[in-house]
Amino acid sequence: MKVTSIFVAGALTLALTAPAMAARDYISIVGSSTVYPFATVVAEQFGKTSGSKTPKIESTGSGGGFKLFCSGVGVNFPDITNSSRAIKASEMKTCADNGVTEIVEVKIGYDGIVLANSKTVEALKLTRQDIFLALAKEVPDPANPEKLIANPYKTWKDVNSALADTKIEVLGPPPTSGTRDAFVELAMETGADTFPVIEGMKKTDKEGYKRVSQTVREDGAYIEAGENDNLIVQKLQANPTAVGIFGFSFLDQNADVLHGSIIEGEEPNFEGIAKGAYPVSRPLFFYVKKAHVDVIPGIKGYLAEFTSEKAWGEEGYLADKGMIPMPKEERQLFSKNVASLKVMDMK
Amino acid sequence: MNSIETTSDLLKPTTRLKRRYRVERWFKRLGLTAIALSLSFVAFLFFTIFSDGYTAFKQSYIELEVHFAAEEFSQEKLANADYPGLVKHAMRTMFPEVTSREGKKFLYSLISPAAAYTLQNMVEADPKMIGTTQKVWVLADDDVDMLMKGKIDRSLGEGNRRVRDIQLAWIDRLESENRLETRFNKTFFTTGDSREPELAGILGAVKGSFFTLLITLSLSFPIGVAAAVYLEEFAPENKWTDLIEININNLAAVPSIIFGLLGLAIFINFWGLPRSTPMVGGLVLTLMTLPTIIIAGRASLKSVPPSIREAALGVGASKMQTVTHHVLPLAMPGMLTGTIIGMAQALGETAPLLMIGMVAFIVDVPGGITDPSAVLPVQIYLWADSPERGFTEKTAAAIMILLTFLIAMNSLAVFLRKKFEIKW
Repeated sequence: MKVTSIFVAGALTLALTAPAMAARDYISIVGSSTVYPFATVVAEQFGKTSGSKTPKIESTGSGGGFKLFCSGVGVNFPDITNSSRAIKASEMKTCADNGVTEIVEVKIGYDGIVLANSKTVEALKLTRQDIFLALAKEVPDPANPEKLIANPYKTWKDVNSALADTKIEVLGPPPTSGTRDAFVELAMETGADTFPVIEGMKKTDKEGYKRVSQTVREDGAYIEAGENDNLIVQKLQANPTAVGIFGFSFLDQNADVLHGSIIEGEEPNFEGIAKGAYPVSRPLFFYVKKAHVDVIPGIKGYLAEFTSEKAWGEEGYLADKGMIPMPKEERQLFSKNVASLKVMDMK
Repeated sequence: MNSIETTSDLLKPTTRLKRRYRVERWFKRLGLTAIALSLSFVAFLFFTIFSDGYTAFKQSYIELEVHFAAEEFSQEKLANADYPGLVKHAMRTMFPEVTSREGKKFLYSLISPAAAYTLQNMVEADPKMIGTTQKVWVLADDDVDMLMKGKIDRSLGEGNRRVRDIQLAWIDRLESENRLETRFNKTFFTTGDSREPELAGILGAVKGSFFTLLITLSLSFPIGVAAAVYLEEFAPENKWTDLIEININNLAAVPSIIFGLLGLAIFINFWGLPRSTPMVGGLVLTLMTLPTIIIAGRASLKSVPPSIREAALGVGASKMQTVTHHVLPLAMPGMLTGTIIGMAQALGETAPLLMIGMVAFIVDVPGGITDPSAVLPVQIYLWADSPERGFTEKTAAAIMILLTFLIAMNSLAVFLRKKFEIKW
């Protein structure tokens, strides 16, 4: 009984004193798992060289990051959210509703999405139309291009007679992943647009267009391999006929065992993605809450570190980790915006 | 005569008897196969983890002759000096023949970015070093380390591996000059997480797990024991206690992620406790382990024979005295076993911690229960997901450490049970 009463007293004190000790002396960052490997390098560099505490970075996914970021202003809410896409209008509205009205948008570089397979077999040469035909749930009937049928293609040769006669077997991220969203948007949608029947639906049946162009087949040809890209790399080594979808940094780190498929004549390499020639690439961002900049120590230093040439420049350490730098003018523009903390237009 | 024959007939195995024996033999064999199969899976698991992970306990170091030129330290703060520049200068002096821009880039990439931190710490610890030349062993880059450990195949073509031919030549030269060697990896046990595999350590996660379990133990053990004693010894038997009992049993079977959601809603959003800290983690895991401890506690109280209670009451002890002096001490070994098993469960848990932000990149080693920190299983998850090859062995090494703790805790539980077990 005595034990219980002591405990109850303890729990009450804990509950009462909790809000008082919530002051925070480290930066709290949330957001995209694609930006995570880059932001963590900057955070570590910043923590080790500045003497401030190292920022804490959670990998919540872009959408999850905005949800936390936009829930309010104050030490209990994150200061920065990473994102592998631009903020949506709906998210801006949530932010504004919760008092987060001043946001600084920083574009940091690009990431390529690659389709890779084992080096023991030849690299695939694909177009985005091939990708759509191989992976979509519904495709136009080859006999009657006006009609959509369930995807009948079993081998890459069925899709395009120039390709090898191997079974279509693609390992990729699940629908919760930002990589999957970007892949669907950049590769499959563009591929779908090459068919007049689907392109036409854009105006007449928006819902139907989205469904046809964005739904990945579920008959076993596309295998959801979870969020762990290392697992996909291992599976590709074990199974040379399979193709994997993941971010460029994983291809860069495993260049001894895997090679990327050539898409529309462009190899997925550093230069191709930086120039914008490689078609399946996307910009990466982070968003800063201006109201927090002078409250939480270190935010300015972290921003300065991230936007310095030695981090995001062409020879910077982020490039070594596989991030594709922006052109010089864009870097200058964004580092100027960061220095002056230029807030976004919230409409 | 006749009767003897009948007896021997009876002793002679009939076909039915033979069949029954055969079925029994088969059943035994099946059982043995099942055990052998599961043991071979465990052996396979241990073998892969160990063969992947044992190299993580060694790390490659390169010896540099660093000249701490006085003019580099003209600025007021020692931290502002260009330490990476010192490392680069040392590499250039060692290989004066490398002049091209690209060649230099390959040369510098032999050394880990952590080398600059090593120099900074040295100078800050002893500023008299400025102006002298020192021999310093610094960490090699993870690619060099992987090569030294034979995880990069030298026989592949240059384009197919991360180490260039020219770098191979430098590495061989360093090795022949005894300036490159692998040593025991102290860094792994003394630092927190890092994005450089050669600098990543387990200490942050071990301390995070320790603080989290400390909170869990100090809350769930007293509450669990108190609840078990009340329900078993004092509570009247009625509909309410039945309802409570059913609910405790149900709670033990609730998926752990649910407790994470509860923790997010109550501890973080309502009480405003800081995210990603062992305090919140410990509270959530307390909710998760409480039912286990209560159930184990009640079972061990039940196993204390009623004669003990009756004897105590018979010589005039009060109910409270009976419980605290006689029943509880006898039930304690069982309760401790239950608690340790509950703690071991909590040590391996990631799902609920995902919701309260403990799956995060945290470099600083936590110093208390309100500092953000990761825990061991979360560290394993984060490393398994990192692109650099060097993290594969770190992942396996972290699994080995987690397994060591788990096996130690479970053996302690077995030991306590064996030592204090009382047969009535």
